[in-house]
Amino acid sequence: MGRVVLVTGISRDIGRRFARAAAGDPSIDRVIGVDVIPPRGDIGDVSFVRADIRNPVIAKVLAKEDVDTVVHMSVIATPGSAGGRGTMKELNVIGSMQLLAACQKSTTVDRLVVKSTTTVYGSSPRDPAMFTEDMGPKRLPSSGYAKDVYEIEGYVRGFARRRPDVDVTMVRAANVIGPHVSSPLTNYFRLPVIPRVLGFDPRLQFLHEDDLMRVLAHAATHAVPGTFNVAGDGLLTLAQAVRRLGTPSVALPRFAVGRLGATMRQARLSDFSPEQLGYLTYGRGVDTARMRSVLGFEPSFTTAEAFADFCRSVAPATERAREGAGRG
Amino acid sequence: MAEEAREDAVVIPIGTGGRPGRGSGSARPSSAARNLSATRKPAAAAKKARSAKKATSPKQARPARAKVAPVGEPAPAEQPAAAGDAPTTGIPVGDWLAALQAGAQEVFGDDWERRAAELMAFARRRLEGDYEVDDYGFDRELTERFFMAALRPIAEKWFRLEVRGLENIPAEGGALVVSNHSGTVPLDGLMTMLAVHDKAHRSLRPLGADLVFKMPIVSSLARKSGATLACVEDAERMLSGGELVGVWPEGFKGIGKPFSERYKLQRFGRGGFVSAALRTGVPIIPLSVVGAEEIYPLVGNVPSLARLLGVPYIPITPFFPWLGPLGMVPLPSKWILEFGEPIRTDSYDAGEAEDPMLVFNVTDQVRETIQHTLFDLLRERDGVFS
Repeated sequence: MGRVVLVTGISRDIGRRFARAAAGDPSIDRVIGVDVIPPRGDIGDVSFVRADIRNPVIAKVLAKEDVDTVVHMSVIATPGSAGGRGTMKELNVIGSMQLLAACQKSTTVDRLVVKSTTTVYGSSPRDPAMFTEDMGPKRLPSSGYAKDVYEIEGYVRGFARRRPDVDVTMVRAANVIGPHVSSPLTNYFRLPVIPRVLGFDPRLQFLHEDDLMRVLAHAATHAVPGTFNVAGDGLLTLAQAVRRLGTPSVALPRFAVGRLGATMRQARLSDFSPEQLGYLTYGRGVDTARMRSVLGFEPSFTTAEAFADFCRSVAPATERAREGAGRG
Repeated sequence: MAEEAREDAVVIPIGTGGRPGRGSGSARPSSAARNLSATRKPAAAAKKARSAKKATSPKQARPARAKVAPVGEPAPAEQPAAAGDAPTTGIPVGDWLAALQAGAQEVFGDDWERRAAELMAFARRRLEGDYEVDDYGFDRELTERFFMAALRPIAEKWFRLEVRGLENIPAEGGALVVSNHSGTVPLDGLMTMLAVHDKAHRSLRPLGADLVFKMPIVSSLARKSGATLACVEDAERMLSGGELVGVWPEGFKGIGKPFSERYKLQRFGRGGFVSAALRTGVPIIPLSVVGAEEIYPLVGNVPSLARLLGVPYIPITPFFPWLGPLGMVPLPSKWILEFGEPIRTDSYDAGEAEDPMLVFNVTDQVRETIQHTLFDLLRERDGVFS
């Protein structure tokens, strides 16, 4: 008897693709996708249930379908798609609380996988070079995505205390990058001219989208409770990344980059968030030793390889020109 | 052309024709001067020939080198005469190539072709981002090729670094170098990095205050040259990774102390570096630096402005800010770096790092060792600048 997996947030590309991949997994019997809006692409064998995790209906879904594994990935990073910061916060925090409340009532759920992010560590000049799982942010995030994630993680920890029989796996994924990913960071790298913060060269760490799929599937099918940083090996500095991408960049003072980001956000050109400015100034690195030793997961892409894969999707013209030059 | 000159020679009278010659203020040389010229032309002919041949003659005589070779010694005698009216066109391609080659040889030495190719490859790698950094952002290639090369003349020619006790630096494995800190600007850290790199052939990984990582430019340079934040997590991670780590536990209290307190060690922080060494079981190597105190004698401070700018102090030295940028030139004191005998910590348990008394004792031992070595070195040296 395989597992019955419930995936939240499948209207988004990452969620949909994960649900499809999970449906193909032999150890998983059924996959139920939940979201308020139907997914746009092909969902294969996934049965879609239109439900809002912000209201108690979700508990009924859990009970009716005999769900034993919940994969929570509907935490959104930008208000862009949700329509406003208020809605975003409600979706993220209230949605997670309702989902956890439903899980707590459920008698069938014995595994919970939460897709979190390394953004929860923040970015500051007082950061250690590499964050391990038991470290917290040096300064508590005051707003935005980072605060939402920080609060959600708090609720998840509370849930894990109240239901010790449920295996709770929290996956703190580094910035996910890949040809199909649309996130604030990939949008930033797709800008025609990349603004950088003058005098800073942050260290960046990436996780390839395929590896994110794999690690979530791994966590859903193996009982490994705990919190794990997941990132590709190695680091790239922003200057390195920009040069590898081959896009022109311009270095501006920090306040000017912030101002530019705010303007672009208002003009709906890009979703440049304040915590992203911090990240692009001070960078961040996470230690992935526990990912290997405890979780038993090995990413197939290093940070540099994941970024190279992303580069190929961004600048096919440049790449072709370079190949042509190589031949000629 | 010779015919023409001879024909003209009939018309033009010999001599200056009664006009004042020397000292007339005219730009043309006097006839007497023309007679002395190396071309050995008749004086009268020379005058016309000069104007006729203006377009070709002078630049042929001009050495190609003077224009191209940037570091070659200038040809002293000919250059001023030629520079006046020599246009830049018309040098044979062969001369240009020869000059370029000579210049390259001058810059890169005899195997200049290989070295120049290496440099081009390096530049290309940098521009394409095709280089590696480690987990802390350390860019080994850039550090060794640029930062160290830039610091080397300062260390060797200006401060005349003398390094002692190099045998105390282990050839491999983690170790913690603990040094005194002085000099208003943390040049001692840079010089120590260079000395360790050049003499012991290891990379010293300095631990810096969080202010370093807050400042633009400084922060990215610090990470690229191998520094990381002075916190327990990073120190232990580096030490257990087998790196040679440098700490300056006095911090800003050390470099920002007034000149009158030179060579008096300040408080050694909270001894965090000792517990990191105890936990990882690496030896502590005390380092005493003499000479760095005198580079910028700190005689004053502007605390209010410092608070406003968020820096620990605004230095006032006898030359800064009075002489402006010139005041920023460090005084050429003679430096001595002495690495002391390693203090072993592997006999202690990792658990004993939690024992505050032990940590304080080891901290004091390191501090006393450095202080006594400093006094010994001071007694030994003849003068600040000798």
